Amino acid sequence: MTTQAKPFDVIGRSQERQEARGHVTGDTVFIDDLKFPRMAHMKAVRSPVPHAKVRGVDFSEAEKVPGYIGHLTHEDVPKNTYTILTLIGVEPDEEKVLAEDRVRYVGEPIAVVVAETEQAAFEAASKVKLDLEELPAVFDVEEALKEDAPVVTHWGTNYFVYEGHECRRIRYGDTEKAKQEADHIISGRYQMSPIEHAPVETTGCIAKPEADGRVTVYTNTQAIFFSLDNTAIILQMPTNKLRFIGGTVGGGFGGKVDVIVEPLATLGALKFNRPIRYVYTREEEMQVSSTRSANRIYITDGVTSDGRIISREVTTYEDAGAYSRHTPYGVTKHAANAAGPYTIPNVSIDVYCVYTNRPPSSAMRGFGVTEASFAIEMQMDRIARELNIDPWELRLRNAYRNGDERPYRKITQDATLVETIQAAAEMAGVELSAELRAMSSDDREGVN
Amino acid sequence: MTPRAITFELNGEPVTTLAEPLEPLQAVVHDRLGLTGTKAGCRQGSCGSCTVQVDGEPVLSCLVPIEHVEGRSVRTIEGLTPEGGELSPLQAAFHEGFATQCGFCSPGMITAASALLERNPNPSREEIIEALSNNVCRCTGIEPIIQAVQDAAARMRALEEAAA
Repeated sequence: MTTQAKPFDVIGRSQERQEARGHVTGDTVFIDDLKFPRMAHMKAVRSPVPHAKVRGVDFSEAEKVPGYIGHLTHEDVPKNTYTILTLIGVEPDEEKVLAEDRVRYVGEPIAVVVAETEQAAFEAASKVKLDLEELPAVFDVEEALKEDAPVVTHWGTNYFVYEGHECRRIRYGDTEKAKQEADHIISGRYQMSPIEHAPVETTGCIAKPEADGRVTVYTNTQAIFFSLDNTAIILQMPTNKLRFIGGTVGGGFGGKVDVIVEPLATLGALKFNRPIRYVYTREEEMQVSSTRSANRIYITDGVTSDGRIISREVTTYEDAGAYSRHTPYGVTKHAANAAGPYTIPNVSIDVYCVYTNRPPSSAMRGFGVTEASFAIEMQMDRIARELNIDPWELRLRNAYRNGDERPYRKITQDATLVETIQAAAEMAGVELSAELRAMSSDDREGVN
Repeated sequence: MTPRAITFELNGEPVTTLAEPLEPLQAVVHDRLGLTGTKAGCRQGSCGSCTVQVDGEPVLSCLVPIEHVEGRSVRTIEGLTPEGGELSPLQAAFHEGFATQCGFCSPGMITAASALLERNPNPSREEIIEALSNNVCRCTGIEPIIQAVQDAAARMRALEEAAA
């Protein structure tokens, strides 16, 4: 039997995107475009203060709102813990699906209400009375690590514990000794504010109970199986009772992986036997959904007069906000990348995952790495200025080469930094010297 | 507020619907009449996803009370899509030029751009940017969008000339 080989004609050509036609006609169905008979609406009752003990929640006025159906509190949630990192073995599972005795940021959900219309759900949520005892709060990463700072976490320290250490550490060579040998010590302090993903479509889902006892969940999550698995864990139900339908995401950028709306909507669908729509308002998206972490980065480099970086020390404080979500993982990525794409023989890195009373930060486009790149490249320009060296040359002389060991003990393979910088210079109309143009990722010609 | 019957023209056809007079046009078109191409991204007039044309002018339909369009002509993305499976030159330019990424802002972008090309068949780059300044694309693909509007304008002028 012979088979006719198909020609290879896909690579190198633009292909029509299968969903693009629906995008330009408006036919693409996003979750907000779905409507089901008897669909009810869910809204959260949120903490108005950054840190408080929860003494009581009173639904009596909310219950009088026409169209009110009911509410859920932590007592209704079978496993009342956000489990987003359980699946990849990262703890702690400290965040509650619905707050129990403490709230730790403005907007933390304490309960949800369900009503016949979205308007009634808003009104009912606004009429739930909260009895809160406000506690002192902390909003700055370095303030949070001081002795007398208010304690945010339930385990007593405002930092994540990495294998017994208060921060994620990398030690490579001897920076103390190298600094003695350096001609210049150049330091910088860099920081970024939190960044909101601000997708044009807000986070949301609709959970619909089916006649066979299953629940169908239409969601705009970026991570459909993550949402499915975590909902199953939180509801303590087998995954074959849940059917998740997704794939159409109106912008995510990392902001739609936190599995915030699906567990509560599914729980509501089961409790009230109604399709439940739980979609964030624009205000919730901006104020409550997770952000890229705020961070403060200190770098001290030991540099020789001819522009070789022989020592780099980095201390970074990443602001997880009130709960971990994906930030402890982002911190590890940050530590791995904090020396930058440069070969430096002596490196010391401390990266703290710090808890404050700000909204939780989490995943966003390269989180951990992007912040490191920002700070490192600012620092490279600072070194170039202080030594009066061309910034292109400084980067090319220090760029990692194939075969170089990274501070985290991996050998560099497939490096293209030298070639990328050369190509960027050409595109920018910058004339590099013949020596710099001759450099390659495959050898150390012109470096040592 | 008590709902009442409100009559207007929607994509060329007269329509009468029961609605509260201050209900946003976006909610009436999207939720009551089922034309779901008109997206709500913010419900506060800042994202442009809900852009529709009222008497040919682009408006943010989340901020327009339905009674404001009584007796007037409303056009949505559905009304800008030709019958029979074809795409309009503007839609085709967006499609072929990869001027759509997540797709949530696209109907509003196309509706706003269509209003521009109706009144100005040969807009400058600056005029396109000005006309789309109410519309947010967070996937940051704004350059292909500007290019698509320019391409569409050229195609439409070529069609005009061929017909003349």
